Order: sequence, then C-alpha cells, then structure tokens
Amino acid sequence: MTAPAPPVAAPRTPRAPRTAPAPRKSLWQRLKRDKVMLLLCLPGFLYFVVFHYVPLLGYMVAFQDYQPYLGYMHSAWTGFTNFTTAFADPDFWSATGNTLKIALVQLVLFFPVPIGLALLLNSIVSDKLRRFVQSVVYLPHFIGWVIIVSIFQQILGGAGVVPDLLESLGLPRYDMTTDPNAFPWLLALQVMWKDAGWGTIIILAALLSIDRGLYEAAAMDGAGRWSRFWHVTLPGLSPVLVLLLILNLGNILTVGFEQILLQRDAVGPGAGEVLDTYVYFHGIKDNQWGTSAAVGLVKAVIGTVLVIGANKFAHRLGHEGVYRGADR
Amino acid sequence: MERPTRLGLFLKGLALVLVVALVAYPLLGVIGTSFASQSDIVRSNGLVLWPDHPSLDAYRTAFTGGRVTRALLVSIGVTLTGTVCSLLATIGMAYGLSRRGIVGGRFILMTALFTMLFNAGVIPNFLLVKELGLYNTFAALVLPTMVSAFNLVVMRAFFMNLPEELYDAAKVDGAGDFRTLIRVVLPLSKAVIAVVGLFYAVAYWNAYFNALLYLGDNDKWPLPMVLRTFILQGQNLDTAAAGEAIAPQQAVQMAVLVIAVVPILLVYPFLQRFFTKGVLTGAVKG
Repeated sequence: MTAPAPPVAAPRTPRAPRTAPAPRKSLWQRLKRDKVMLLLCLPGFLYFVVFHYVPLLGYMVAFQDYQPYLGYMHSAWTGFTNFTTAFADPDFWSATGNTLKIALVQLVLFFPVPIGLALLLNSIVSDKLRRFVQSVVYLPHFIGWVIIVSIFQQILGGAGVVPDLLESLGLPRYDMTTDPNAFPWLLALQVMWKDAGWGTIIILAALLSIDRGLYEAAAMDGAGRWSRFWHVTLPGLSPVLVLLLILNLGNILTVGFEQILLQRDAVGPGAGEVLDTYVYFHGIKDNQWGTSAAVGLVKAVIGTVLVIGANKFAHRLGHEGVYRGADR
Repeated sequence: MERPTRLGLFLKGLALVLVVALVAYPLLGVIGTSFASQSDIVRSNGLVLWPDHPSLDAYRTAFTGGRVTRALLVSIGVTLTGTVCSLLATIGMAYGLSRRGIVGGRFILMTALFTMLFNAGVIPNFLLVKELGLYNTFAALVLPTMVSAFNLVVMRAFFMNLPEELYDAAKVDGAGDFRTLIRVVLPLSKAVIAVVGLFYAVAYWNAYFNALLYLGDNDKWPLPMVLRTFILQGQNLDTAAAGEAIAPQQAVQMAVLVIAVVPILLVYPFLQRFFTKGVLTGAVKG
C-alpha cells in the first residue's frame, strides 16, 4: 500500500510510474501515447475523487459549530469541543457497547456457518445436486435488507408463524423482533440467512485447492475420515480462515447499518443504536452536525486503522492479504 | 476410501434438506401468501404455502392508488440508468488500468483501491450531496455509489487475464486503444460484464439508504422505501379504492414483496453460472 492520495484537488496529470521503460520518452510523449487510456479512466477517477476524497473535507464540521445556513466557511471553529461533548454523552457509549456486542455475536455465530456449509457442499458427490443446492443458498445474497427484514417479521414477529406455533404447543407467545435482549441474535440470524451461502464461495475455492494427493497419502497411512479432516482439510483451509477472521475483526465497528436502521425502532435505541445509527439520528435528524461528525470521524479513523492493521497482520502471517497484488 | 456409513449419509441428507428448506420456505411462503385469501392466512398462521382459492386481488389492490406503480417505475429507471452508468465508468477505468506502464496508472489505481479502506461517512456525504445540488434528485440515487472498487478489481483482473497476443494482434492490425476495447476486449468479456452488471443492478434495485437520506420527496421514492413504510412501519398505501373487494392486508404486503423480488428471481438463473469465477477473481486475486 502506498501513501494515500491527498484528499484535496488530486492533480489531473498524475506522476510517472516508478519503473520507467528503457528508452525513456518524455512525460508529454507518454501522455500523448496513453491519452485514450487515461481518458477512459477519467469518469471513474473523477467519481472516486468527488465522492470519496472530497467528502473527507466535510469532516471540518467535526471541529465546528456547524450551522447549515452559514456553511463551512462561516460556521464558528470550536476545536475539540464536539469530541468532548460526544464522549460525555452516555448515548454514545451505549451505542459503542451495542456495536461491539452485535459484532461479537455476529462473529461467534456467523463465522463458523459458511465453513460448515462449505464442507457439506463439498462432500456432495453428485454434480447436479451440488449445483442445485448452491443456486438455492446463494440466492438470498441478492435480496435486499428491506425484504429480508419484512420476511423475518412475518415469521418471527408478533402475529407471525413462530409465536403461533409456540402457542399451539402450549408455550407462551414470544416475539423475537421486539425483544431488546435478543436483538444481536436476531441480526445474526438474518445475516446468516442472507449471506451464509454466499460466504461458502471463497471457502469452497480453498477446499478445491487442497492437493488430492494429500488425502490419498493420509488414507494410505491409515487415517480415518475424522483424522483426514483434522490433518489435511483444516490446515489447507487455515490461510483463508485466518484471513477472513482478521478482516472481520478489522470491520468490527461497522455492523450492518442498513439492516439495523430498519429495526432500530422495534427494539428501541437502548439496544438498537449502533455507532452508525447514532451518527445518522443525531446528525441528520437532530441537527447536531458537529458532534455526530466527530463521532463519525473517530469511528472512521479507528475503522481504517483496524482494517489496515488487520491486513498488515495477515501479511505478517505469510498470507496474501487482501490488497496486496492488486497492483501487480 | 472407505464407504460412508449409513448414519453419516442420513445425517448429511437431513442437513441438506434442512438448509434448502430454510432458504426456500420463507420465499415460497411469501409468494403463496400474496395469492391467499383471509381464511388461508388465518388457517396457516400467516405464511401460506399453498392457497386454497388463489386470487390476484392482492396484486390488484397493490397497484391501485399508484404508489407502488410509481415506485416500481422509479426503481426500474434508477436500476437501468445506474447500471449503465456504473458499467461504462467501471469498464473504462478497468481497461485504462489493465495495461502496464500507463502514465499515472498506478496512482489512479491506488486512488480507487484506497477507498476500500475507509468510508467518508454519513454526515460528510450528506453535506456533499447538498452542496452539489443533488438533494431530492434521482441523480443522488446513482452518483454517490456509482463505481465500486471491488467491481473495478474484478473487471481489471479479467481484462489482464486476456491473452497478450490479442492486444498485439489488434495493434498490428492498426487498431487504437479505443477500437481494441470495442472490437476485441468487450466481445470476449461478456461473462464478467454480466456478473459485474448484476452486482450493480442488484445494488441499485435494493438500495433504500440513499433514498432515505437524499430524497425529501415521497413521490420520488423507489420500491424499497415504499416497502419500508408500508410493511415495516405499517403505513397504508392509499389504495382504498371505493367499492372494490379489498384483499387481506397481509396478502397485499406479500404481493408488494413479491413485486420487489421477482426481477431478481428472473435474472438470477441466467447469471448464476458466472458467479463463482467472478467473485473469486475479485476476492482471491484482490
């Protein structure tokens, strides 16, 4: 990873690559040679600058007493007041706690599921059957959160299938969708339904790349099913698993924003407020631009550090990491 | 290898059936309920797999009042224009960056890739969209999420894996960079264009957050926003047309859900075979 591009006014004429071709042409000649390619890059490049780098300037608001009618230029500068205000807000700490709790439940519950599912899929001998099951389990990945939450409400919610079932079994009706204590588990269930199948793709690929010969050799040495799994399959999977785990840890502060926003009202902010929704509600709904931008900034900085750190750590462990090799 | 035990086979079969049922039951239930009558719904606790007297009343009700129709048109329009814009920008950039030694190519690539690491966040994005005058316009549903760095990487990897000889041959024949893209690269890239196009289309189709943030005007809402207010927040659709037989509320809700899922179900079988390859070039080669 090279240094990040400067957020402000990225130059139209980018600098030369480090490894210059042997007969060095002048920059102008090379620009002329590559003009079509650069022109093709332009719309995408402009998009990234305008919608990903320019907004970083908007974080000025975190240091201002921002008033929309005054704008950035005329709002008063307040130093770190917004940060101290945010850190003194019990709601902020409750949102942080909820974020971590939800992330942890998701990690523990969701992480093993695609692995198990991939092993199951991998063990299906019939090609046709495997493809069929795969098409079915990939499908929910393409269904939007609004739809998934609606379906879950239909099944688990107040008048839904599960409470009715409980009642007919003589048990008390239980509505999981409005129970604050069950909220992290509900979210994890939904994530599982949506993405467990999709998550198997990368694990299946890792399974495919394990040398068949290893299995045969192990079987020759008298290894049974279980010990073949333990001594061949697991070590073969471990690079991918470590990588996925590290990345998940890197993203720990970002738990499904869209998913939670849809259900926050049902369980109340006490359980349903996470850092992202805190920023949204305090900033855009309650016009506390400064403090919520400050919270957003803290979250973004910690998140970025965690992701970069996680990726570095993956490299350190000798794995390919995520972003390495993109510029090969 | 030894033959699997009978118990093992049974457990495996059971697990498979369970997994497929867990995915299929809710979807089939939603579809069934959308055709159901009130008595069906009461009898089967809310999700009807097989309605006794199937009727289209729920769909008729859903489309009266115009709210669903309008949202559907918005969603279709945004998805089509968005996907085309996204694909054009992504293809151009991926192709421009697909060959070594382009002046500044590395810098441009890093500018894009670095966005995978951070997200500017809700407040700055909101302020930007307002400053650009995009608030309450359909462009706000497309522009802020137009190119995804992930899709860019997938596409670039595909272009880079095309045989070098193709590019050389095109050059010998006197084709410039642009002509090479149109005549040589694109015809060979249908698979990756299909996958990346699907990813974009699905994202636009399902997006509600941009609409929630940037559209003050309910009339401009895409389908997911209408779903949100109608199903999750229990608002009604203003469909109470006088004198008509009114379908059960639950059936109408499920009908609107079906309307939102059907396009995905329709394209899915055609594109499904490309997934694994597309996703893996992105995820593993990164």
